[in-house]
Amino acid sequence: MKTLAKFILPVLGFLILSCGGSGEGDSSSSSTTSGAETSTESPKSKVKASERIDLENKGVGPVTSVTLDPEIDRKLAVEGKKVFDQMCIACHKPDSKFIGPAPKDILDRRSPEWVMNMILNPEVMIKEDPLAKDLLMEFNGSPMANQNLTEDQARAILEYFRTL
Amino acid sequence: MKTFNFLILISAALVIGLTSCNNQGQKSSGALTANAAERTYIPPGEYDEFYGFLSGGFSGQLSVYGIPSGRLLKVIPVFSQDPEKAYGYNEETKPMLNTTHGFIPWDDTHHPDISQTNGELDGRWVFMNGNNTPRVARIDLETFETAEIIELPNSAGNHSSAFVTENTEYVIAGTRFGIPIPQKDMPIADRKGNFGASFSFLSVDQDNGEMDLSFQIRVPGFDYDLAHPGRGKSHGWYFVTTYNTEEAHTLLEVNASQNDKDFIAAINWKKAEEYIENGDFTTEATEYAHNIYDEHTHTATSTIKKEVRVLDARELPGLVYFLPTPKSPHGCDVDPTGEYIVGNGKLSADLTVHSFSKMLDAIENEKFDGEAYGIPILNFEDVLGGTVVQPGLGPLHTEFDNNGNAYTTFFISSEVVKWKVGTWEILDRKPTYYSVGHLSIPGGNSQKPWGKYMVAMNKITKDRYLPTGPEMNHSAQLYDITGDKMELLLDFPTIGEPHYASMIPADMIMSKSKKIYKLAENEHPHATTNDGDVRIERDGNNVHIYMTMIRSHLNPDNIEGIKVGDKVYFHITNLEQDFDVPHGFAMMGANNSELLIMPGQTETMVWEPKKVGIWPFYCTDFCSALHQEMQGLIRVSPADSDVELSWSLGE
Repeated sequence: MKTLAKFILPVLGFLILSCGGSGEGDSSSSSTTSGAETSTESPKSKVKASERIDLENKGVGPVTSVTLDPEIDRKLAVEGKKVFDQMCIACHKPDSKFIGPAPKDILDRRSPEWVMNMILNPEVMIKEDPLAKDLLMEFNGSPMANQNLTEDQARAILEYFRTL
Repeated sequence: MKTFNFLILISAALVIGLTSCNNQGQKSSGALTANAAERTYIPPGEYDEFYGFLSGGFSGQLSVYGIPSGRLLKVIPVFSQDPEKAYGYNEETKPMLNTTHGFIPWDDTHHPDISQTNGELDGRWVFMNGNNTPRVARIDLETFETAEIIELPNSAGNHSSAFVTENTEYVIAGTRFGIPIPQKDMPIADRKGNFGASFSFLSVDQDNGEMDLSFQIRVPGFDYDLAHPGRGKSHGWYFVTTYNTEEAHTLLEVNASQNDKDFIAAINWKKAEEYIENGDFTTEATEYAHNIYDEHTHTATSTIKKEVRVLDARELPGLVYFLPTPKSPHGCDVDPTGEYIVGNGKLSADLTVHSFSKMLDAIENEKFDGEAYGIPILNFEDVLGGTVVQPGLGPLHTEFDNNGNAYTTFFISSEVVKWKVGTWEILDRKPTYYSVGHLSIPGGNSQKPWGKYMVAMNKITKDRYLPTGPEMNHSAQLYDITGDKMELLLDFPTIGEPHYASMIPADMIMSKSKKIYKLAENEHPHATTNDGDVRIERDGNNVHIYMTMIRSHLNPDNIEGIKVGDKVYFHITNLEQDFDVPHGFAMMGANNSELLIMPGQTETMVWEPKKVGIWPFYCTDFCSALHQEMQGLIRVSPADSDVELSWSLGE
């Protein structure tokens, strides 16, 4: 009897699970996890999220690898400033804290991938990236707006940040 | 023994588990009557199969429903002001409601019709008539907003309208009431013989949808009721029912029901194009407003136009023929092949169906039975295609499926009757609740119907829903028409009075639905697409505030230097670029509505402060966790004060 129950109960459990799964469809948040949970799980550090340094964390989103040329691409940076002034400046001043943090010297604290993912994928970042989560709390729970930029536009903004 | 019982229990559980799982996975098929709920239930997060565009009748608007669920998705303001969306209240959309009678905040909408290509719905635009002060509107199906309104001169009671030809060459709009043309001061009793009526042909620009009043056809001053363009073999013609061919001017319920037969007017608009081409028109001075909303400036402009080209059917041969049709016909519907024209005589016991090919033959052989005001009357028997004998009481409207069946509503006997086109036999009848007017089948007035659902729209609700005082919303009923017999699936309330409705498969338009307005494409003359351009400018008593909004602040949020007697323009740009993040704006004491500004859009509110003090403004649409903080203050000083104009955010 005991052995039988041991065999059948897991089968039942499996059936129930698969049934529930089929009901919900396939839309739920799929494979947006990444290596984010690795190093930066905030160990209740006293350092404010905006001042914390983490150059390893690439964040969560479409950008997995960015190579920065040692030389700043001035033309691209001008492009980036234009986009930033239209899409971002309502909440970010280049060199002082406003609604959100200042982007000045951001690449001393964040990886380029993290910066671009924060621009392109803010809704997921504030839920899944430990640093972004802490930033949301530090900045009054004011969520970063998704301004629907293209990856090229985000890359241009990154170049502009290098000039600040 | 115990083990045995346990096994049985487990097996039973397994069977139940598997069966319920199967039921969830498969959508309805099989048993037809008991599972109406399942066939109209759209699970949370899933979409309806069809969009239904139901006119709002005396609400003046257009409602958008999901079919088969009957869920209200949106109310699109068209001819009536809508404080929810600031339509007709903000400076940008006020010109949409301009007419030669001045600003009109309301109308009565009847017949939405979706644009067509090759006789099939194409989902570009919905056209809809304003019945009271004759106008036709175009609703854009990318923005789901009213993009254009054109007023119709020489017209009164724009009822036999607004229906599209099979390539949307024209939207045709017929008058309802005969009137003096041009208008003049004369005794009402002299109506007979001295009134006229007009059919307006609005050409449509195939790239941007813009309408142009190409020409009008002048016809005798009867009343005209409902219409449909020909399709397929009858493409190039337009059919419209007449009543009050008696030309009575009072107590029409008696005096306009005297003639045994009124007419269906058959209008040859290809012939009209020839006459126009040959210059056989007169250009008459008149006045009508043409209002266009520009999606890039987010602003409407109203232009008063001054003349119209007119073709007089009483003088130009071959333009119009009259088909005698029994007893005050109402609906005038053309089957998908274009051969049959159904005239629904309101007071007739039978349904009269005219044959297009017989009509052409009678015209060719000049088999006329007299004339009215110079327009030939054809012989009833010569054009009769068939009769549906005693189908019900008070026939109004007919739609078609893709299997050669027609569905006609009967107002007095409260039912929909299904009959066979060609054999005229009655196949089925189902009651409606109560007193049905129009009905709609997706594509049911085109060459390609999707004969899956039919919606009957009723005039009387009575006990269908929980009572809500003397006024009840009108009811609509959804029927499954895939089987031999119609099946009632669902009952749902509507807004105003839905007359006609136009329905279309969702996948034909959902992917085109716009999500945001791009800031980079914002050409509003008072846009502030860059926070660096936030400013306030004074020009005498006019103060222009160039404000921006984004989660969760308004910039500026502190304003001083406004004075009693100023006229303050808030030009506000929503800097968001994310789907479904509108912000609202409300100013205490403003004598109009809020603004509701879509991402990337600019709107303007006028506020004339009357009281000294500090007055708050705020965002009305809950936008983020800090929505309640999205607010600001304006200091209003006395008219003679010398407080400097200043503004700030976060200082």
